[in-house]
Order: sequence, then structure tokens, then C-alpha cells
Amino acid sequence: MQFTFNEEQDQLRATAQKFLADKSPTVEVRRLMETHQGYDPIVWAQLSSELGFTATHIPETYGGLGLSYAELGILFEEMGRTLLCAPFLATALGATAIMNVATESEKSELLPDIATGTRIATLAVFESSGKWGTDSIELTAKNNRLNGTKRYVLDGHIANFIIVVARTTTRNETDTIGFFLVNGDAPGLKRRVVNTIDSTRKLTQLEFVDVAARRLGGNDDQSAKLAETLDLAAIGLANEMVGGAQHLVDETVNYAAERIQFGRAIGSFQAIKHKCADMLLDVEMAKSAAYYAATAAASSDPELPVLANLAKAAASEAYMRIAAECIQIHGGIGFTWDNDTHLWFKRAKSSEVFFGDPSYHKEQLVTRWQH
Amino acid sequence: MQPLDGEKLRNELRLWLESNWDPNASLIEWRSKLAESGWGMPTWPSQWFGKDLSLVLNPIVDEEFARINAVTVARSGIRLLAAATILEHGDDSQKSRYLRRILTGEDTWCQLFSEPGSGSDLAGAITRADFDGSQWIINGQKVWTTSAHHADYGLLLARTDWEAPKHDGLSYFVIDMRQPGVNVHPLKQMNGHASFNQVFFTDAVVAPEDQVDRIGNGWKVAMTTLMHERRSADALRSVYRDRDLEGRIYDEERDETATVMEPYKWYPQRAGRVDLVFERAIETGKIDDPVVRQAIAELMIKARTAEWTARRARAAQQQGRPQGPEGSLGKLAASHVARQASKVHTMISGSDSMLGDEDGPLAGLIAEILISVPATSIAGGTDEIQRNIIAERVLGMPKEPRMDTGPFRDVMKNPGPAAP
Repeated sequence: MQFTFNEEQDQLRATAQKFLADKSPTVEVRRLMETHQGYDPIVWAQLSSELGFTATHIPETYGGLGLSYAELGILFEEMGRTLLCAPFLATALGATAIMNVATESEKSELLPDIATGTRIATLAVFESSGKWGTDSIELTAKNNRLNGTKRYVLDGHIANFIIVVARTTTRNETDTIGFFLVNGDAPGLKRRVVNTIDSTRKLTQLEFVDVAARRLGGNDDQSAKLAETLDLAAIGLANEMVGGAQHLVDETVNYAAERIQFGRAIGSFQAIKHKCADMLLDVEMAKSAAYYAATAAASSDPELPVLANLAKAAASEAYMRIAAECIQIHGGIGFTWDNDTHLWFKRAKSSEVFFGDPSYHKEQLVTRWQH
Repeated sequence: MQPLDGEKLRNELRLWLESNWDPNASLIEWRSKLAESGWGMPTWPSQWFGKDLSLVLNPIVDEEFARINAVTVARSGIRLLAAATILEHGDDSQKSRYLRRILTGEDTWCQLFSEPGSGSDLAGAITRADFDGSQWIINGQKVWTTSAHHADYGLLLARTDWEAPKHDGLSYFVIDMRQPGVNVHPLKQMNGHASFNQVFFTDAVVAPEDQVDRIGNGWKVAMTTLMHERRSADALRSVYRDRDLEGRIYDEERDETATVMEPYKWYPQRAGRVDLVFERAIETGKIDDPVVRQAIAELMIKARTAEWTARRARAAQQQGRPQGPEGSLGKLAASHVARQASKVHTMISGSDSMLGDEDGPLAGLIAEILISVPATSIAGGTDEIQRNIIAERVLGMPKEPRMDTGPFRDVMKNPGPAAP
């Protein structure tokens, strides 16, 4: 296992940091989060067709860069640091699902447009049970027509390719899980942007009434593929979260050095210092887990499922603790709308539960360890 | 890094080991050979028992020794800290007096830094060294001294100037532990073990030639010792060897190891014994309790992320990259792991957590975990000091206003021997 980043990876990070510092300052985040669309198509075009970020983990045969999940993790982290408003996580996960399940010809057809950013993709798994596991799928597919509702779908309102996970009934009447491709503008599909606490990221509810769909990757049960896809989603999000957490640690330390009370910088008080030391410990531990899991994903490590649970639980708890402490150390100003902390706090809170909250992942961690 | 040099080194060492290694030699005989040839401490300077080998190539040497189970120079305890300190700050006469017998294991050393009145604030030491015209006279008390009861020499931090500011009034000495003015008493801990000692000095003497570096520079020298203390933790782990190996030298080494490791036998319990958790949870059936499962998962997350964080730090170091903040977090992380492990063991053992020795779970082992873990967040620097260090040195946060500047005589301190 590799425990440091190599030079190419450092370079990728530097490129991403430079781009994001320029394109995603807080003032842009605040502007875009108020829009319905939720992203800037010009910035999207630059990050995809110019910088190739959307092509990162897609194999070269399908127009990608042929890099791995480790490189993708670096991008997630940097985007999480700056709260980039863009359908990047959605599209990367859509591509991941296609790579996991689709046939060669389907991949050749779908992935090149995702790699260039001309098509936005997303993954629609979760439903109204609010469960995060593979057993939560009620939406049905019969004769390639979908009926049901998907919730918590990332950027579903702008996605061109929606990868829908559905329950299929085969001829011998046993239920199986399948992945289906639906076009964003398919007749019978109703898409609604739902109100969220984190408006830097758009979540949608998708209603399917007799919507035409294409089954991807043949007719075998794809439950295992779904579990794999969800593990990769959790790892991706964990990497995004440690980026945001690191930003808050930096902000807190800077503020504590500037803010004067009782004739001294508040950062000189041990009460504040010790909190900051704990925040650093939290973010570094979570990074170790997120990096390790992303590297494992790059090498198809058999321990991957457990690592996904571990990384997501660690990142969720670290980010949330850090966000709460960041507000606390800012004091009154930290609770105001004008101060930027709440943007990250809200991302932390919604990411904490997205793809499964810490207690879900801890339970799964022990279950998977037992087997 | 340089494969050619590495291979050359490996071949040279193999040849040397082939013609010199003898499992039936005596420990001292063999280690003398190691010291003379430079293969015992190849990274040391060639004029002092080394070969000027770069740190990068040193793993090859370790590999070759391990490959044929060859015994190394004595590495355990304080002796390598003493050697590193003397190498860096000692004069030639000190180097020739002490280094060789450190490597052969003939001399045992202890570290005399902490005092009852200065734990976290090591530089507040009030053990005094007064020059009487021909030698230094030592008075005062040290504490938490491992191996003092069988040590030949001690690394002593003592105050030589009470008018200077705190850190500038300290000097560093090598003290002969086998003299009438030095009294060693075991210090019994809350877990019943006595791994450490209290050392009392009553007009003990140090010859002028055992003063290390210049007077007033003791704090800097002590920093060198402490820096190497961190690194020696790894060396300790390598002491254990396959029990089946036959030969006089292995018998002698096993005896040595038993003596050296005796004070540390409860250390695994102090760290929380994460390794026992799963097995115990299954045995007791507590694995089915959802609350326990959450706590176990939390422990596994803490333990594994701590391990990976340490490996990130090591990987950066090996590649010669600047170490990130991850390097200074290990100790704090270990405290969290130990505390969580103690909590989980309590949940698993339930009411039996109250019982100890032969009445307790695993014949008292669980009890020993529960009453040893509190040491983790204190020994080697408390969690609070670790947090100060992380905040000030890693995060660059502003320093606390100081109350201990000016002449040390006037600084508020715990009761102890009065200044002259």
C-alpha cells in the first residue's frame, strides 16, 4: 500500500487547487447556491474539456485519462475544500456505476461523452425508506419501463444520463437488482429540486411513471455491483469531506490568531489551542482513512468494503466535530449568515448522513468484519 | 535509492557475517567484534565504531542480520539515547570511555530528567550541581527512572546557575550510579507494578570530565536525548526473537531481554489490547449487542486510522519529504485508542470488569488493562502538553504569555530544596 502521494498526484492537486481558488471563491459559491441550476456551465466546461477532471478515472479506451480512484479522490478533496458548486460527484459516480456494470459497447457509447463533460451523469439509488443499503430498492422495472420514486438524487435536474437502480421481475418471478439508463428528458420522468440545508449541492426527487429505460450490463442480478458502487460512493464522499474539514481547521487557526480578547489573541489560550489540536488530529486521522480507502479502490483491495465503511464513518464524525468547533471558536460571528463557516457546516451536516450516517457504517463495518 | 551501492553493501556484509557470525560465541565477544568492525552501528561515524553509512541504506543491514538471526549490538533501554547524546555533544575522551561498552551491553544506563516538582515542565528541574573546586556535588531527587536499580551510569540534568533564566541554568552530566551518594527506590504504580524508580542524590559526585557540553547548555543536550527517545520506541519492538534458536549467544540474549523488558511487561495492557476485543466480544456474546458493536467499530476506526497516520509519517520520512502534521499526532492518537479500548473491554466484560487477578476475566488481564490505560495519556508527555506542542509548533498558534522568565531563583516553583 502506498502511503504518500507521488509527484504526478501532487501536480494534479496543485492544478486543481489553482483552478478552484480562481473559479470557486466563496462569493461564487454564494452566487451559485442561490440559482436553480446550481453550477456554472462555463466553469464546468473548463474543468472537464480543458482540465480533463471528468475523464480522470475513465479508462483510455473510453476517452478517459485512465487514472485511478486515488486521483479522483484528490479532486474530490480539493472540490470539498472549496465547496465547488458543480455536478462533479454526481457525474463521477454515474461514470463509476457504468464502469462497474455496463458492457463494452455500452461503455464505448456512454463514457466518452461523460469524459469530455458534454454529458452530466448521476446515480439514482435511494428511495423514501431513507435506507442507504442495497435492500432499499422498491422502484420497479418491468419490460424496461420504470415506475416509482427516487430521492436524494445528486443533480438529477440537470443530469443527461440518470443511472437508476431498480428491482426487476424476471420470467421465473425472482426479484433481482438491475442498473438502468434513463435520459434526463425522458417522457414520464418528473424532476424536482428539493429544499435542502446545504444549498451548495442540489438534491432532487425523481418520479418515474412508465418511463422507458435501458438495462445496462445484461440481465443478471446486479446486487453485488450495487454494493460495490455504494462503497465507492462512500469513499468518494469521504475524500470530499476531509477537504472541507481541512479548510475549516485552517480558517479556525487563522481566526484564533487574529481575534483579540482580554488583551491577547484567543489562539494563545489553551482552551482554544487544545480544541485546534484536536481538530487537526481529527482531520489527519480522517484523511488517513480516506486516502487509504481511495488507494485501496485503485488497487481493487479485497478489504475495500470494510475500508469504505471505515472512511465514511471517520470522515463524517471528523468533519461534523470540526464544523461545530469552528463555529464555536468564531463565537457569535460564526453564527451569522455573512460569515462563511455555515456553508461548510451545512455541507458537513448533509454529507454526514448522505450515503449512510456514522452509526450505519459502524454497524456495517462490524457485520462485514464478522464475515 | 542507489541499488548498486545497496547491493555492494549487502555483499560485503554477507561476506563479513559468513566469516564472523558464531551462535556459540559469548554475547560480549560477538558485540565487541561488531563494535570494532563498524557493522554494529554502521550509521555512526567511522572513527567511533561506525561506517558513515547513510540512513537510507541502513535497512539493508538490518535485513541481513535478521536473515541469519544474527544478534545485534545492545539496543535496549536508555543506552542508545546515551550514545546518541554523547556522539553529538560529548568530547573524544567521553566517547572513548563510554560508547564501546554501550554497544557491547556491558554498561546499563538510565535517564535522570524528571523530578517530583518538574514533570511536564522538565526545564524547571531543581536538582543541583555545585562545583566544589575539584568536582561537582549533586543534591536533589529524580523520578520515573526506568532501570535505575541496575544502571551503571545516568544521564543527569541538573541546575548549575540559579540566577540565569530557567532553561539557561541547566547543565548535563554523566553520573556514576554506583556510589554512596546515590540511592534508588522503586516507585509503586496504581496498577501494582513498579517499573520505575525514585533516585535520591545526597552529596553524590561527578568528576569534571563527565560534564557533557558546556555549563549552561544542558537543556539543548537534553533535547538531543529526548529527540532520540521518540525513535527508540521502534528499536524496542525488535528485541524479541524466536525462542527456538539454539546457541550460547541466544541464551545470553534471552536473559538480557528478560531483564530489560521486565519493567515493560504491562505496556501492551496500557495501550488497551485492541487485539483481544473481537475474540472477547464473540466469546461473551456481546458482539450481538448493537451498542457494543458501535463502540467496537469506533475503536477499530481509531486504531486503524492511527496506524495509517503513523505509516503516512514514516513514508514521508523515508522518501525524504518534509513530514506533515501527521508526524506529531501519534501520541495523542494512541491515548484515544487506549481509552476507547478500555471502554470497550468494560462493556464486554460487564460486571466482571470489577474483578481482578485470578477472579477476573482472562486471569486478571482485563483488570490490568482497565487500571493501566490512564498512564498512556501521561507517560512521555501528557496529552495536554502534546496539544500545546501541536498547536504551537504544527499549527503555529500564538504562544501562551510566560510566567517563568527572569532569574530562575524568582520563578514560582513547587516546594523543594531551597536555593543557596
